[in-house]
Amino acid sequence: MLWRADPPRARRLVALDGLSLIYHRPSGMTHVVAPPMPEILDALGEGPADVADIVSRLAARFDIADPADAEAVVSARLAELAERGLVFAA
Amino acid sequence: MSRHVAMLRVGPIAFRVGSAWKGPTDALRRLYAGYPVPAVPDFTVRLEPQKRWRRWIAPSVAIRGDYQFVGAAPLSLAHGLLAAEMGMNLQMALGLRRYLLLHASAVERDGRAVIMTGHSGAGKSTLAALLSERGWRFLGDEFVLVDLVTGQLRPFPRAVSLKNEAAAVMRAEGAGDRLLFSLDDTPKGRITYLRPDDAAIARMDETARPALILFPRFGDAQAVRLVGPAEVFVRLTQASTNYVTLGEPGFDALSALVRDLPARAIDYPDGDSAVALVERLWAELAR
Repeated sequence: MLWRADPPRARRLVALDGLSLIYHRPSGMTHVVAPPMPEILDALGEGPADVADIVSRLAARFDIADPADAEAVVSARLAELAERGLVFAA
Repeated sequence: MSRHVAMLRVGPIAFRVGSAWKGPTDALRRLYAGYPVPAVPDFTVRLEPQKRWRRWIAPSVAIRGDYQFVGAAPLSLAHGLLAAEMGMNLQMALGLRRYLLLHASAVERDGRAVIMTGHSGAGKSTLAALLSERGWRFLGDEFVLVDLVTGQLRPFPRAVSLKNEAAAVMRAEGAGDRLLFSLDDTPKGRITYLRPDDAAIARMDETARPALILFPRFGDAQAVRLVGPAEVFVRLTQASTNYVTLGEPGFDALSALVRDLPARAIDYPDGDSAVALVERLWAELAR
């Protein structure tokens, strides 16, 4: 399954002590999110991707010990981001 | 057309209050004597008779204005001043676009301000009034106005509405001559209106830089709790009446405020301990 997100210019992001605030311009909604949600949104800035691709994009920037574990985490976070209207099934 | 009119400016906001009765506008003119009188209002409040059938039960005041608000309780004529004040709050809360509006109180010292917010009854009004008797400048007890461009606070020194026993606290502080009206049996209990002191009125156009955020709560043993920035942000969005309407400028103003300022929740059993806590946190934390 492919996921996509609005381009980075659609969001304002403010980091606050571990959490991040995201203002989503198309909807006018504000979200308080924890890692790795902002990182997943950044990774989707390179274009639509499936979970394995997202993990490999993240692995290029972050130290990921167990890719299988990471895929489970990313899948769960994608579902939450989709509920908030921040990512979409491509 | 309303038969009776009071015009007044509080901080950057000019109000025109029109009333079918003389009482509410007379009370407003007395409570706000010495405030600037604007030529053109930003917001209009109208106090008009309820539907005709209510007249023969008891005279009752309906609050109307530029913005209508379903659920704005009609009040008895004896509560006309409260109706006027509520009407002013409603018009501000619904209509203001120039400032981020926080339901909070604020006081200033040396150009820097403490913002205090909490649930209704948490004591933010009383605490602001108390601090203003003890060396702080009163900026407002109901709304804090954050300038969307500069991040500075614009004072909005409306009359302080003190609930129930808070009036006695202020009388004990020596502010009894500024307690001008007391209304019994309102939807919020007994409300007493305190006119802000002369300095608060004379300096209402002097802005202040926000320096500390407090979430006061009256009633428990003295305690201080760190509040993390994400929680502060969420609580302030809930305390804001126009955050969603403002869109991105509101997000920018609020996130900058939260990112830059220390915040604490404070519990206190009485006014003296509250003042002592604020002074201590101010000395330790204020930016």
